[in-house]
Amino acid sequence: MNLLIVEIENLTKVYESKQRVVAVDGIDLELKQGEIFGLLGPNGAGKTTTISIATTRTLPTSGTVRIADIDVVKHPAYARRHIGVVPQFNTLDRSLTVYENLYFHCRYFGFNHGHAKARSLELLKQFTLSERKDATPAQLSGGLAQRVQIARAIAHRPTVLFLDEPSAGLDPQSRMAMWSAVEELHKEGITVLLTTHYMEEADSLCDRLAIMDYGRVLALGSPEKLKAVLGARTIFNLKLKSQEGLEPLVATLKARPGVTSAEIMADGLRVIASSSDGLLSELVQAAAGHGLRDLNITEPSLETVFIQLTGRDLRE
Amino acid sequence: MNSVRLKFGKYLRTFLDLFLHDLEVLTSDLSHRSPGKPSSGAPGKPSSGAPDKPSSGAPGSGIFLKAFMGLFLRDLRVLTREFLPFLLRVGMQPLLFLFVFTFILPRMATGNPMAMGGGAPGSGMDFGTILLPGLMAVAIMFSGIAAVALPLSSEFGITREIDDRVMCPLPLWAVALEKVCFSAMQSIVAALLVIPMAYYIPAKPVVAHVASWLLLALVLLLASLLAGSLGLVIGSTVNPRQIGLVFSIIVVPITFLGCVYYPWTGLLKNIKWLAFAVLFNPIVYMSEGLRAAVTPSVPHMPWWAILLALVFFTAALGRWGLKGFLGKVLS
Repeated sequence: MNLLIVEIENLTKVYESKQRVVAVDGIDLELKQGEIFGLLGPNGAGKTTTISIATTRTLPTSGTVRIADIDVVKHPAYARRHIGVVPQFNTLDRSLTVYENLYFHCRYFGFNHGHAKARSLELLKQFTLSERKDATPAQLSGGLAQRVQIARAIAHRPTVLFLDEPSAGLDPQSRMAMWSAVEELHKEGITVLLTTHYMEEADSLCDRLAIMDYGRVLALGSPEKLKAVLGARTIFNLKLKSQEGLEPLVATLKARPGVTSAEIMADGLRVIASSSDGLLSELVQAAAGHGLRDLNITEPSLETVFIQLTGRDLRE
Repeated sequence: MNSVRLKFGKYLRTFLDLFLHDLEVLTSDLSHRSPGKPSSGAPGKPSSGAPDKPSSGAPGSGIFLKAFMGLFLRDLRVLTREFLPFLLRVGMQPLLFLFVFTFILPRMATGNPMAMGGGAPGSGMDFGTILLPGLMAVAIMFSGIAAVALPLSSEFGITREIDDRVMCPLPLWAVALEKVCFSAMQSIVAALLVIPMAYYIPAKPVVAHVASWLLLALVLLLASLLAGSLGLVIGSTVNPRQIGLVFSIIVVPITFLGCVYYPWTGLLKNIKWLAFAVLFNPIVYMSEGLRAAVTPSVPHMPWWAILLALVFFTAALGRWGLKGFLGKVLS
């Protein structure tokens, strides 16, 4: 059953203020029912804007987003019934308790008193929040608040759940708890779209990924496929004391079989290679003359795929 | 004393629970009756649990109505949690005003021009009578602003608490409308609270006489919606940090120049330029409207002009406020 739940077509968002910013630049994406889809990219890549448009909080400059076959720009109120959102920041209602946050969310979505109450209690149990049901959001830790937000987002049984940087600001334990919560939901058949700039998160959680930068989708596919097709490679980052006379070295390296690219960086050299047999000792020898200070090796991973695609680190 | 308070709190809670329950029955009735929605699901099955897909793009208005009521119930819940502060907030100002100007000052031997009344002495128009509609107008306006502007400006602020409510299955204008309606309800309660105070406190009895209940109802409703719209404008256009400033440079001046403490006809007779200048002030029509409805013995503007102006200002401010609201929640 390859039903399309989210269809994003040629989506563009341009912010025309003092400076013209193209936040999203012609994106096409399709999410199948029941998959966990990740938007991976550095800050400012356009991930959050894409999610904001899909969740009816931002109007696109052009292009369309359809959720469960409903155009989110033309019929935002209807589309919202199919959307659950876990925003980047804690937006829990401070005037209500944890239980009431869930209860009134259900009421907004048309549940009557009995169903809203039953559903809220069920969610509190499912997310082991029962003990904190009368706490106010201000009394919750970041991890707990995030859990309440996830519970609230799925309370009305949406077709698709949007998570915007769900693990930002969470401690490792809460992050693991959040991952397992998302995996549980996945088992229940809910479609998930999440944004992240954590490689491990994207790698272990997502069925498919889109790598984004500067508002464009650079690559699309399962983590395995991305790694295979883009030839997951080892990256050697060499820090050198002197940059002079590097060009001949770069040329020889490029000619060497197994080396995909070699380029001069601000503080040294970056070599990307598909096979690293014997390359390490060669590199160390060759670089010794230039005052090698530090050598950093990144094993094949989504991160190397990303660096290859964008030419920069996620953390930069 | 404490036990009395506890008991009162308990009664209040029971009352509100019953009220909430009634609202619920009412809304479920309404939404079942609305077309396009299956009249009633099997009792055990949550009909709303799995939202039905709008195959033709139009699933009855029931879902909207329920979402609207959900927002209203949420606001009601928050209000019940702060019921005593609410009463104090809306009651303190008229209480003190009446106490000082209609109870203390008339008893002072020297006499006070204000206590003698704004109108001709001996015409039966004492200050309490002039003050009653004015204080009702002030109560309406203050509670309207407090119920919309203050919460909105903080919810739009750093916490973005409004997000979950904005994400409910309801057009955005209706989310804003709910805020205005809820504040109107509070305003009406606040205005009605002034009446018993004006009955018991003044040394000289207030001459109140409702000539037309319809006019009173219309004026109360329109004035309350107007106050809510004003609150929407302030809440959605003013930076939360400057909300205090707005009170002192906008809210207080329009109150003092809003014919609250003197009738407009008095201005027209004595300070003509000011009488025309204050016509741009919506509070004028709130106090004059209530004057026409509650204390018709005091000279006031014609009722049709008042209603027309109230409708005009409600529409204009509502539009402006909605624009600001949309600007804040939709980028």
